[in-house]
Amino acid sequence: MSNSKILANGVDVYYGSKQALFGISMDIKEKEVTALIGPSGCGKSTFLRCINRMNDLIEICKVSGSIKVDNQEIISEKTDVVSLRSKIGMVFQKPNPFPKSIFDNVAYGPTIHGLVDSKNELEEIVHSSLKKAGLFDEVKDRLNEPGTSLSGGQQQRLCIARAIAVNPEIILMDEPCSALDPIATAIIEELIDELRLNYTIIIVTHSMQQAARVSQKTCFFHLGELIETGETNKIFTNPDNTKTQDYITGRFG
Amino acid sequence: MFFWSLVLIAVGIFSSFIYGRSRIKLNSKKQGTKSKSLPNYYAQYVLMWCLFPALIVYFSWAIFQEQIIQNIVISNFEYIEGAVYNEGLLLAEIRNVANNPSFADGKSIEIINAASHYSSLRQISQISFYTSIIIIMLLGALYASQKLKPDFHAQHTIEKYIQYILIFCSSVAIFTTIGIVFSLIFESLRFFAEVSIFEFLFSTEWYPFIPIREGQTAAEGSFGAVPIFAGTFLVMVVAMCVAAPLGLLTAIYLAEYASQRVRKIVKPLLEILAGIPTIVYGFFAFVSVAPFVKAFGQSIGIDASPTSALAAGMVMGVMIIPFISSLSDDVINSVPQSLREASLGIGANKAETIKKVILPAALPGIVGAFLLAISRAIGETMIVVVAAGTAPNLTGNPFENVTTVTVQIVVALIGDQEFDNPRTLSAFALGLVLFVITLFLNIIALQIVKRYRERYE
Repeated sequence: MSNSKILANGVDVYYGSKQALFGISMDIKEKEVTALIGPSGCGKSTFLRCINRMNDLIEICKVSGSIKVDNQEIISEKTDVVSLRSKIGMVFQKPNPFPKSIFDNVAYGPTIHGLVDSKNELEEIVHSSLKKAGLFDEVKDRLNEPGTSLSGGQQQRLCIARAIAVNPEIILMDEPCSALDPIATAIIEELIDELRLNYTIIIVTHSMQQAARVSQKTCFFHLGELIETGETNKIFTNPDNTKTQDYITGRFG
Repeated sequence: MFFWSLVLIAVGIFSSFIYGRSRIKLNSKKQGTKSKSLPNYYAQYVLMWCLFPALIVYFSWAIFQEQIIQNIVISNFEYIEGAVYNEGLLLAEIRNVANNPSFADGKSIEIINAASHYSSLRQISQISFYTSIIIIMLLGALYASQKLKPDFHAQHTIEKYIQYILIFCSSVAIFTTIGIVFSLIFESLRFFAEVSIFEFLFSTEWYPFIPIREGQTAAEGSFGAVPIFAGTFLVMVVAMCVAAPLGLLTAIYLAEYASQRVRKIVKPLLEILAGIPTIVYGFFAFVSVAPFVKAFGQSIGIDASPTSALAAGMVMGVMIIPFISSLSDDVINSVPQSLREASLGIGANKAETIKKVILPAALPGIVGAFLLAISRAIGETMIVVVAAGTAPNLTGNPFENVTTVTVQIVVALIGDQEFDNPRTLSAFALGLVLFVITLFLNIIALQIVKRYRERYE
């Protein structure tokens, strides 16, 4: 059995006085793809954003409970959020490249973290990240063009390249394909499959087919509670909970 | 007389409205069909046909009556041979006598005759004014009532009229602007007929005093505006040195660091700064800042004058802080949250995110804000009138007296002067230059801001 990478225990989240998550506990293994599924507003994105403390940006959001990443507690005043986030990359729903060149987009992370000493080294990281994200061949001749000039799917892969350029261990993906067409989606899904070999991936998705295709573990959220978690095969063929059954068969959600 | 005519018009539109309403109801009842629009629209239709012709008559009377009467009186005036008349004075005299018969004592018979002529003309004008208003209102209502058939789409017509009214209102502002520009241009041309445009734009001597009477020993005036432009530029630079960093950093604090609560308090407070009358800034600059600047200058061995570019510029800088901070704050706020998340998600801290992502993304908008602030600064008058001095020094030393375009316009127009000499006309030339510069700054700034908005929307 592989190691626990992320261990959540009794995570509660409040937006002001409204409780969004109710005692979520979860065990996420290393180098696996875990899919979070559930109807809109069920709290799956909220949970995802707890893992890299992105909820800090929302003033009224309060998180309690425990999340351990590599056995380090991260829901704490003392957590070094910057180093946490450099260890956990994030890909967002809408592709959000910086209004800079393709090269600078990928070079951003390594530069601010001081990962490189020379220009050559930086170039190497940028190229290898773009290769890992499966984008290099498409953009190698125009690395100086703005990242925003790429197509939606390319932009999303650029964002993935940007995330892996700082060599994270975990990648969080918040509905990474919801703004993309089927072809771009297929490319990203293939990419996720490759990335799994080196990274622990958690993906929020609305598409059950996508969850079934890319993930090994699936967690079903409903109204802020974690209803069921298990092997993706099992969840989609023989779920324990009737709510899960109803959701995956399309009876609600 | 015009007050009672307004009452008359009010009565007219009220009764036309009532009339229109009842008339359409009656007509539709007679034909046994429902009218195409609600009765109120027919009433409004009649009202508009009653009101607008009346207003046209009203305003044309208000504008032309006095002029026409005066022309008639003057052209019929029996001039005494040999006497020299000033037309303006003569008219004033006639009007005085007409308005107040006790002034007639000791006036010549011609004047008294003219005065009674004037009074009788006024009476005729008044009577015909009221009659024509009443007639035109009746005609309008009559024309409109022809149309009050149930199958007439009153609502469509009303909407068309409303559109015309709106177009008229917005064109008032545009035509006023055009009028101002033309008056600036024509008066400036008169100035440039007497002073060469090259002297004005490139010569460095500003000495706008010319002999008004013969025999006056004033030197020949010279109109080189370079020192004035330089002074304006100097004050603007000082102001921007104060306002740019303070305003931008304030905006960054408000947009990125301040909590909602602080923001809610600080932003309106800053905007109060923009609401302080500039003359108040002016005497603040003169009474508090200028002596401080002088003392400071002396302490570092520079002989500062009691009013200086530095004092005026610093206070002006404070004045334009809210322009920069408020606009930049909006711009920074409209940088999409997703970019912040992207940067923070990679593990950048707040300062890095702001420096490397937010500010570059917001830069065009911030530049636009700066340009608008600059154009505000060079158009500002009261602070520099009070605190910068009026001496046209060509200097780069901010501790010295300088003068600006706006100050020189004030100086040129102060006092009882006719617009027939280069000294007063120079105000228009300076105004034209100011107008052109600020116009260009505003156009560029708005273009930049617009392009910036398009990028993120």
